[in-house]
Amino acid sequence: MIRSELIQKIADENPHLYQRDVEKIVNTIFDEIIDAMSNGDRVELRGFGAFSVKKRDARQGRNPRTGEAVSVEEKHVPFFKTGKLLRDRLNKG
Amino acid sequence: MAEKTLTRMDLSEAVFREVGLSRNESASLVESVLDHLSDALVRGEQVKISSFGTFSVRDKAARVGRNPKTGESAPIPPRRVLTFRPSHLMKERVASGNKR
Repeated sequence: MIRSELIQKIADENPHLYQRDVEKIVNTIFDEIIDAMSNGDRVELRGFGAFSVKKRDARQGRNPRTGEAVSVEEKHVPFFKTGKLLRDRLNKG
Repeated sequence: MAEKTLTRMDLSEAVFREVGLSRNESASLVESVLDHLSDALVRGEQVKISSFGTFSVRDKAARVGRNPKTGESAPIPPRRVLTFRPSHLMKERVASGNKR
């Protein structure tokens, strides 16, 4: 399933809404999650999962092609942990 | 950095603010988006949201695990797990937003 298919499903279930509003609804949800994480916040959606930010410490890396040592700065990466209900549903039946 | 936790309520508040539907309807639309994502994944589909990320379902083989507390070995049956791969945009925004 891709974004446009998700929008179509929601539009089909809500014939009273304009297509452009359905697009806005779906986009707002995903944008809000990214905004939260870029502020360092967590987004916890019970039953579905939680989005959070993990810190990766600075480290001494290596250029795999030349073998040269390079220093890699500390950085923050997005992380998703599946919720219990969804994890259980994936393994039923 | 004061870390907050957002919930469904914050997402529906954003929908309420941006789209101007009632709070009730905003909340039920957030729920139905999450339901559609979950249902597709449970059917084994990959869910690809452009500029957000990709959720995929992977099959894990059975293996012998260990209870880390007691050291006892315990069989782990085959199972399906969900992985999320963030988009470049998400990675970039998270990296630059959290830079000090």
